Amino acid sequence: MNQNGTGGPAGPKILSARFDRTDGHRLAVYEQEGGYQALRKVLGGMQPAEVTAIVKDSGLRGRGGAGFPTGTKWGFVPAAAEQVYFFVNADESEPGTFKDRYLLDYDPHQTIEGTIISCFAVRAGLGFIYIRGEFGWLIDRVQKAVDECYAAGYLGRNILGSGYDLDLIVHKGAGAYICGEETGLINSVEGRKGQPSIKPPFPAVSGFLKKPTIVNNVESVASVPWIITNGAAAYRAFGTEKSPGTKLFSVSGPVKRPGVYEIPLGMPFRDFFNDVLGGMADGEELKAVIVGGSSVPVLPADEIMNCNLDYESLGAAGTMLGSGGMIVIPKRCDMVELIQVLMHFYWDESCGQCTPCREGTGWLHRLVKKLRRGEGTPEDLERIEHVCSGMAGLTICPLSDAAVMPMRSFLAKFRGEFEALVQHPAPVAASSRWPRGEQE
Amino acid sequence: MSMPMEDKAGFALSPGALARIETLIGRYPTKASALMPCLWVIMDEVGWVPPGGVDLLVEKLEVTHARVNEVLTFYTMFRSEPQATHTLQVCHNISCHIMGARPLISHLEQRLGVKLGQRTADGMFAIEGVECLGACGMGPCLQLGSHLYEHLTPDKADTLLDSLRRGVVPRADTDREGVE
Ligand SMILES: Cc1cc2nc3c(=O)[nH]c(=O)nc-3n(C[C@H](O)[C@H](O)[C@H](O)COP(=O)(O)O)c2cc1C
Ligand code: SF4
Ligand code: FES
Repeated sequence: MNQNGTGGPAGPKILSARFDRTDGHRLAVYEQEGGYQALRKVLGGMQPAEVTAIVKDSGLRGRGGAGFPTGTKWGFVPAAAEQVYFFVNADESEPGTFKDRYLLDYDPHQTIEGTIISCFAVRAGLGFIYIRGEFGWLIDRVQKAVDECYAAGYLGRNILGSGYDLDLIVHKGAGAYICGEETGLINSVEGRKGQPSIKPPFPAVSGFLKKPTIVNNVESVASVPWIITNGAAAYRAFGTEKSPGTKLFSVSGPVKRPGVYEIPLGMPFRDFFNDVLGGMADGEELKAVIVGGSSVPVLPADEIMNCNLDYESLGAAGTMLGSGGMIVIPKRCDMVELIQVLMHFYWDESCGQCTPCREGTGWLHRLVKKLRRGEGTPEDLERIEHVCSGMAGLTICPLSDAAVMPMRSFLAKFRGEFEALVQHPAPVAASSRWPRGEQE
Repeated sequence: MSMPMEDKAGFALSPGALARIETLIGRYPTKASALMPCLWVIMDEVGWVPPGGVDLLVEKLEVTHARVNEVLTFYTMFRSEPQATHTLQVCHNISCHIMGARPLISHLEQRLGVKLGQRTADGMFAIEGVECLGACGMGPCLQLGSHLYEHLTPDKADTLLDSLRRGVVPRADTDREGVE
């Protein structure tokens, strides 16, 4: 069934232990494999602060893209807060990313157990799993697993006799990339457009219904039961000092074995590519890799080959680990065509609140299209840079930067392909003309 | 699925759907926060959200028309017009593009005689280009309702169309054996 991906071939299976099974979504199977023991341990006498401390010590970093330490985030909830909300972010809409889908499809109980423990740690009484609307079949599956939990006494009132009460709602999104941004997500569940809000205040202080709210990615939450059962030190035995533990990478593009893989952070890309992915598919040659979802800078083959897959190594190479959505680009692909696809996406998904993002994404999309129509001029390449500098770091949320990072890096690393489309010499009239608005 | 609901005054949900709306209002912490799931109840029953459905939610959730309409139009999966019987939503984002989404779209356009974003004259099919569907490693892919078809080729797309014309929605890659 799961012919498209597995956990890593060897090495730890903290997240992917049941990816190869077809029945791993059943409560009975999960319990047979030790499921809900971590919850029993937590509710059997641990304090919320102890749970938070273990997660902090484990060094777990948020797997939604930003890599912020999970335990530290939990610690921001004011101690005096009486009502706290917890959201699991399963909006998974970053192009190239399809790992959370595997976690919820093959092993929903692991995420649910992690959610209950996380809710306890921040003293939340109501949690939500926000699943993108396109994952219709997955929503049914997760809802069934939640229902099983209520029936088994893992959710609801007085969980496992501990006195802790928790409700968990599976919330279905309705098609908006921006709802993956944590404040957009919160506004969406309040019954509004999914437009992000200015931070501060940060959700941990004032979020859903103006109450302290923690938003964590599915994979972050799914890592929690293992950490509680095995301890922070055991988790730190994998990965690197600053990037502890394991991470899922979802790999797309013409490699021999695309799919979702769990690897210890810090693995050399070269080994991952050759040994785990089996290299390129027959007849294909590696050109470039977008390593962490479409919003991070692209690296040409020779640069990525020298990277290790962890936050620091990728940062030093000028890109980011992001969501772990690895897009492998073959030689046959035209980079200007690919960036047009991406600029269309960001333009389409901009929520429109901030002028630099709303207008900038449209300008970039039109400038790239103009180049591809053969009407571009050398000035247009400068204009792209000019538009990018007016967009980066100036907006309510990072979607604007998320468009700039691929745009700038495609242009910098593959400038020759852009220049080849430019007319020399520039037609005078055209060079002074701002690209006209047009739809794809 | 499709009831004659164009008439605003004649809008009525089934008792089951109305009960689901009441349950949702009870579960969500504020009435307004139940707006998205309530819109889904109407979408699931009617296939789109007619003006009468907007009125119903305004009343039940005690929110303004502006609020309901704003949410209805912000999210691409909520629809405020009747839909084709089968809307084929083809991912045209980067990974699928690399693996052949454009030739797949051209093929579908040719087979159905309509362009991306259009509906066939008989109202049977529509094709839409959509952003990443979370199946990037299994692309090109398309979504039909809550079914996801992966690893598509023009041949597989033809088989899908033929089957839909016979009134059969074929097993999708996300439908799992032995699962209810
Ligand atoms: C435009 C945009 C889209 C995002 N999409 C997602 C998403 O789909 N899933 C996710 O977990 N985080 C997403 N994020 C990051 C969230 O804002 C947030 O940082 C994350 O959910 C926090 O969880 P973590 O700390 O466990 O990583 C997105 C951010 C931005 C700016
Ligand atoms: S940066 Fe873009 S997506 Fe983010 S809030 Fe502003 S307009 Fe919306
Ligand atoms: S790019 Fe097509 S499913 Fe992700």
